[in-house]
Amino acid sequence: MSEPTRPTIPAARPPSLVSGGEPHHASVTPVGGVAEVHEQQPLVGQDLRTEELVFNMGPQHPATHGVLRVVIKSDGEFVQGLQPHIGNLHRCCEKIGESVPYYQWIPYVDRMDYLAAMCNEHIACMAVEKAAGIEVPERAEYCRVIVAEVQRILSHLFAMGVYGLDLGAFTPFLHQFREREKGLDLLDHISGGRLLYHYVRIGGVKRDFTQEWLDELEAFLAAVEQRLPEYNTLLLSNHIFQQRTAGVGVIDRSACVRWGVTGPALRAAGVDFDVRRDAPYGVYDRFEFAVPHGHSGIAGVVGDCFQRHWVRTQEVEQSLRIVRQALKQMPQGPVMGKVPKSLKPVAGEVYVRGENPRGELAVYMVTQGEDKAWRARCRGPSFSNIAVITETAKGTLLADLVAAIGSLDIVLGEVDR
Amino acid sequence: MQQWLDQLAGSGLLAGLPRGLVYTMGAVGACTLVLLFASLLAGEVVWLERRVAGRMQARIGPNRVGPQGLLQFLADGLKLLGKEDVIPAEADKPTFLAAPVIVFMGAFAAFAVVPFGYGLVPADMNVGLFLILALTSIEVPGVIMAGWASNSKWAILGSMREVAQMVSYEMPLGISALVVALLAGTLNLSDIVAQQEGWIWNWYVLRGPFGFVAFFIFFTAALASLKRAPFDLPEAESELVAGFHTEYTGFRFAVFFLAEYSAMILFSMVTAVLFLGGWSPGFPVDLTGPAGRWIGFAVLFAKTAFLLFTMIWVRWSLPRYRVDKVMYLCYKVLLPFSVACVVGAALQVLVGDAVGGAFGRWLMGR
Repeated sequence: MSEPTRPTIPAARPPSLVSGGEPHHASVTPVGGVAEVHEQQPLVGQDLRTEELVFNMGPQHPATHGVLRVVIKSDGEFVQGLQPHIGNLHRCCEKIGESVPYYQWIPYVDRMDYLAAMCNEHIACMAVEKAAGIEVPERAEYCRVIVAEVQRILSHLFAMGVYGLDLGAFTPFLHQFREREKGLDLLDHISGGRLLYHYVRIGGVKRDFTQEWLDELEAFLAAVEQRLPEYNTLLLSNHIFQQRTAGVGVIDRSACVRWGVTGPALRAAGVDFDVRRDAPYGVYDRFEFAVPHGHSGIAGVVGDCFQRHWVRTQEVEQSLRIVRQALKQMPQGPVMGKVPKSLKPVAGEVYVRGENPRGELAVYMVTQGEDKAWRARCRGPSFSNIAVITETAKGTLLADLVAAIGSLDIVLGEVDR
Repeated sequence: MQQWLDQLAGSGLLAGLPRGLVYTMGAVGACTLVLLFASLLAGEVVWLERRVAGRMQARIGPNRVGPQGLLQFLADGLKLLGKEDVIPAEADKPTFLAAPVIVFMGAFAAFAVVPFGYGLVPADMNVGLFLILALTSIEVPGVIMAGWASNSKWAILGSMREVAQMVSYEMPLGISALVVALLAGTLNLSDIVAQQEGWIWNWYVLRGPFGFVAFFIFFTAALASLKRAPFDLPEAESELVAGFHTEYTGFRFAVFFLAEYSAMILFSMVTAVLFLGGWSPGFPVDLTGPAGRWIGFAVLFAKTAFLLFTMIWVRWSLPRYRVDKVMYLCYKVLLPFSVACVVGAALQVLVGDAVGGAFGRWLMGR
């Protein structure tokens, strides 16, 4: 078998053959792209007229992770251009943030990135606390870190399993569900919800951990630690998996910067950056953890699908480390600070950023001394990450497009907000 | 089969009937039996697949309908019968309707020449192997008809992939089967099995390195032409929704499904017959008697079941290949190796002929 490399892709047809002047492999323009489709293609060679196929991938397509719609312009199996269309899951999260009191907005934030609700809450609460100058008890900070890291493990497990599914391996998907189920139960027992928790509250967290819960947490961590090598055997070290992902969907450093890609995708491109370490929030500066980033020492090319997947597997291990350290360091004390009954931060603006499983989530708020924000704005990692696909997937095979979208691990709830 | 019918015609009950009528009745009877066998077994293979997948994926799988869920396929079939039969408005109706029939035909017709046991073969032809390869190719036009007539972009992409893949993989498939044909000196499947009787080292998979390699090439190519994972690109769910049968619903979909699974059984049986000694259990025993042939059938069935299980096992373990890698594997790996095997097998026959004696006969394959 060959070493994993990109498939040789026929070069775009030289413009000289194109009568229209405009090379027709140019990217599909947003809405007009669909109309452009039916325009007849010029003669190629002398006697063969070919026409590109334009089709919609999604919104109901198994590999678009929700309701993403991608208009693909393809030449057989080759993707010549594509345009993601978003907005099918728009739920006015930001607008709602401007119409309801602060504490009522937190549950809505859960619903943005529904696979990382704890992390979303954490960052949104931090924004409100910063605006209102609320002190959070130390124990609550540790609680937040623990649930956020458990959430990160769950989210990464899901991303890894679903990525297998995208590549046609069904079994790892259900195997990770076994561990994910334990984690969901864990968060259910502390918050009362399996997916959307509203556990982190402005000023602290809702409940303190009980001893039973801590035992359960320990069992979950042990289970993940034990199973992680199994998942890696099923996917990471699988020959076909490597062939499908190595060198595919490369997003290099400069593309990451240009498109604002963050999170595992950014780290896979070799950028050693993690908000938790480089701009620490909460008590993240008290833990020792590595920031795994793509490099040439492992299979694949820096910034390709394989390395993105690899970064996720490594981050799960680091999250386990963080949770264990937090459990050791956690002080006694209250888990809820003093929060005024009527929360009316003085006029001003705050910007808070944090590391979500998918990348950097930031919340920007303009307050005007009322009980609700004048402007609530979120910077979602999925939104920036999906945009880069227009550049990455051009000229690849259809199967590579699926691999690239899957490896970015987007959540449409956050893309549209 | 013919001898059997001659005996039957000679004995009491059918004595007065013309020979032609007896043959016709025999043929219809055999077809019905084989069709029943293949479709019921296909249903059970679906069950097996789901149970094995369940076990592999830390879940249970269907276990409600019938003992251990064995009748699940009947429930699924009835459900599919009750579904609305949708024909897309823009579809090419006659082609759309004909496609499942053709695919089904290709998958089932080939059972006619498969020997289920000594003398248990509907049509004992001297071109059996050739006929199987030819009949299974009938599926290709059926699939491209389905993809084209659906007038759906996903379906056409899926059928293009399927046709490219099936046409390509027929080459290593046919050439590795040729290794057995060379060693056996015949294309008649019953004779091929007869030459593998006796001890286990008489099986063609163990007669020298070329048969061994050819076995794996044949099985891999069979997986690919069956569109089983890791070569399930034509219906790659995460890429092409459902490939060429995206637009098919209800019973028409069931027919595609059934054809796929019966083709799996067919190829497992053919692999067992060609390489794994057919109904020979691996030690010298006479299985030509009236009871023995049914024991032979059970032995062949066990080998088939093992190969079917392997197919299922592979499917639920591996990710899917990419379309260019599939073609690479076919043209640059399997095809050269299978050609080398044919050349090697031919040399093996020559050497065996020159050496002579029991060892020479073993080398020659006959």
